[in-house]
Amino acid sequence: MALAHAEVGNKAHAPKKRAKRIAYFLLAPGLTWLLIFFAFPLINLAETSTKTPAPTFETGEFVQTFRFSNFVDAFVNNQEQFFRSFLYALIATLFALAIAYPLAYAIAFRSGPWKNLMLILVVAPFFTSFLLRTLAWKQILGAEGPVVSALQFLGILPPEATITATAFSVILGLTYNFLPFMTLPIYASLDRIDYRLLEASGDLYANGVTTFRKVTLPLSAPGVVAGTLLTFIPASGDYINAQLLGSPENYMIGNVINSRFFRVVDYPTAAALSFILMATILVLVVIYIRRLGTDELV
Amino acid sequence: MTHWLSKNLIRLYAVLAIFFILLPIFYTVAFSFNDAQKRNISWQGFTLTAWLNPCEPIGICEALGNSFKVGIPATILATVMGTMIAFALGRYNFRGRGTTNLLIFLPMATPEVVLGASLLSMFINIKVGSGLLPVIIAHTMFCVSFVVVTVKARVASLDPKLEEAARDLYASEWETFRRVTLPLVAPGIAAAALLSFALSFDDFIITNFNSGVVDTFPEYVWTAALRGVPPQANVIGTLMFIIALAFVFAGQVLSKRRLTK
Repeated sequence: MALAHAEVGNKAHAPKKRAKRIAYFLLAPGLTWLLIFFAFPLINLAETSTKTPAPTFETGEFVQTFRFSNFVDAFVNNQEQFFRSFLYALIATLFALAIAYPLAYAIAFRSGPWKNLMLILVVAPFFTSFLLRTLAWKQILGAEGPVVSALQFLGILPPEATITATAFSVILGLTYNFLPFMTLPIYASLDRIDYRLLEASGDLYANGVTTFRKVTLPLSAPGVVAGTLLTFIPASGDYINAQLLGSPENYMIGNVINSRFFRVVDYPTAAALSFILMATILVLVVIYIRRLGTDELV
Repeated sequence: MTHWLSKNLIRLYAVLAIFFILLPIFYTVAFSFNDAQKRNISWQGFTLTAWLNPCEPIGICEALGNSFKVGIPATILATVMGTMIAFALGRYNFRGRGTTNLLIFLPMATPEVVLGASLLSMFINIKVGSGLLPVIIAHTMFCVSFVVVTVKARVASLDPKLEEAARDLYASEWETFRRVTLPLVAPGIAAAALLSFALSFDDFIITNFNSGVVDTFPEYVWTAALRGVPPQANVIGTLMFIIALAFVFAGQVLSKRRLTK
C-alpha cells in the first residue's frame, strides 16, 4: 500500500545533511509517542491474544501458552456479531453516501452565498456530545416520539410497534453519527473541480447525466473513497449505537469486545477479537483501494 | 412549477439532509429546558431550573472538569507534535517517509475499541493501571494524526514564492519561518487544535477503557443513560455547542478581515 506521494521539498536551500537533521528532529517526539502508545500496545495486545487463564484461576490473571486456537474459538463463537458488524457498517456507509453526495454537491456548486454556513451546519454535530445526540435519536424514534406517533397516525405502523431496539434504528444511528466524515471529504474533492470542465462537457453536447457520469463523478472519486473509509471503519467497530439504539439481537463485535474486557474479564478473547476485526478491516480496505486505484490516503 | 422543482431538487435535498443533521441537536437543546426531573424523555413543560442549577446532579460538574483536565493537555501535546510532523512531511526530504505516513494513518484506521483495548492491556501489563493520565496519553495519541493531516494540507497549500521573497530580502531561515511561514500556517494549526479538543472532549470508547473509576463528561452521560439523563447534561451539551460555534464564527470573521486587509 503506497501511502501518499512524496512531495518534493523544494526549499532544500540549506545543506542537505542539516535539512535531514531538522526533519528527524521535527519527527522525533510525535513518532516516538505513536510508537510507544500505538504500535507497542498493539504488539502487547498480540501477545495477550494467545494467553490462557492462569492455573490459579484468579480473575484477570493469564499466562502465555501460545494458544493460537484462541483466534479460531473467538471467531467461531462470535461469527454472528462479526457478520452483523460488517453488514450494518456497509448499509450505513451506503446510506451515508446517498445522503452526503448530493448534499456535498449542492454545497460545492449550488449554495451561492450560503456555502460557509452550510459547511458549519454539516460539522455542527461535532460540537455536541456524540452520546447526547444518540440519546436524542432514542427519544425521536422512541415510543413517545414524533416518528412513531406520525407513522401510527398514518396507519403505517401498528399501535404497539416500536422502531427503537431494531436493526433499523442502529443503522440509522450509525449513518447519522458518521455522516460528517462522509460529507467533508466528498465536498473537498468536488470543490476542487474546475467548474469550467463541467461547462466544457456541456458545450460538447453532453447532457447533465453524461457530464456527471463522465466528468464530475470520476473527479470526485478520491473524496468518495476517503469518505466511505472514514465511515465504514469506525462504524464496523462501534458499539455505542447498538447499545443505545438496539437490543442484544443487534449487538456488534464492538459490544462483544467491550463485554469480554469489562464484564467477563477475558482479555485473551477480547484481544483475539480485536485482531480479527482489524485484520478484516485492513484486508477490505486494501481490496477496495486496489480496485479503485487510489493510493493517496493521508 | 415542475421546471422549478427539477432545477432546485438538489437544493431541496440538501435542505432536508441539513434538517436530518440538525434534528437531534435541536432535541438536545430543547430538552435542556424540559421540566423533567430525571427521566428526561418526553416533554413536560418549559423551565429554566436546569440552566440555573447546572451542577445539581451529583458528579456532573466534576466529570466536566475531568474532561477539561484531559482535553487541554492532550490538545497542546498533540498540536505541538502533530504540527512538527506536518512541517517535516511538507518541507523536508528524508528517508522513512512511507513508514511515517503509515504510522500517521494507522491510528485513524483502527477501530476505537481496538485502540482502547490495546492501551488498557499495555497499561495493565506494565502495572500503570487506569486513571486520567492514561486517558491524556491515549487522547494525545489519536489526536496527533488528525493534527498532522489538517496542518499538512495548509503547509502544502502555501505559495513557496512568499518564503523565497523573504529570503531574497535577507531574512534568515528562522526569521522567514517566524514572520512568514508560521503566520500563514497559523489558521491551520488553530483548526487542528480545535479539532483535537473536540475529539478529546467527545471521546467515549477509548476513555472508558482507560479511565478506571474516574468519569469524564461522556462517561457521566453513559452511566446516567441507564437511569435517565438529567436535563443538566443537555445544558452542558448546549453550552459546549454554543462555545464551539462562537469559536468557528470568530475564526471566519478573522480570516475574512485578513483577506480584506
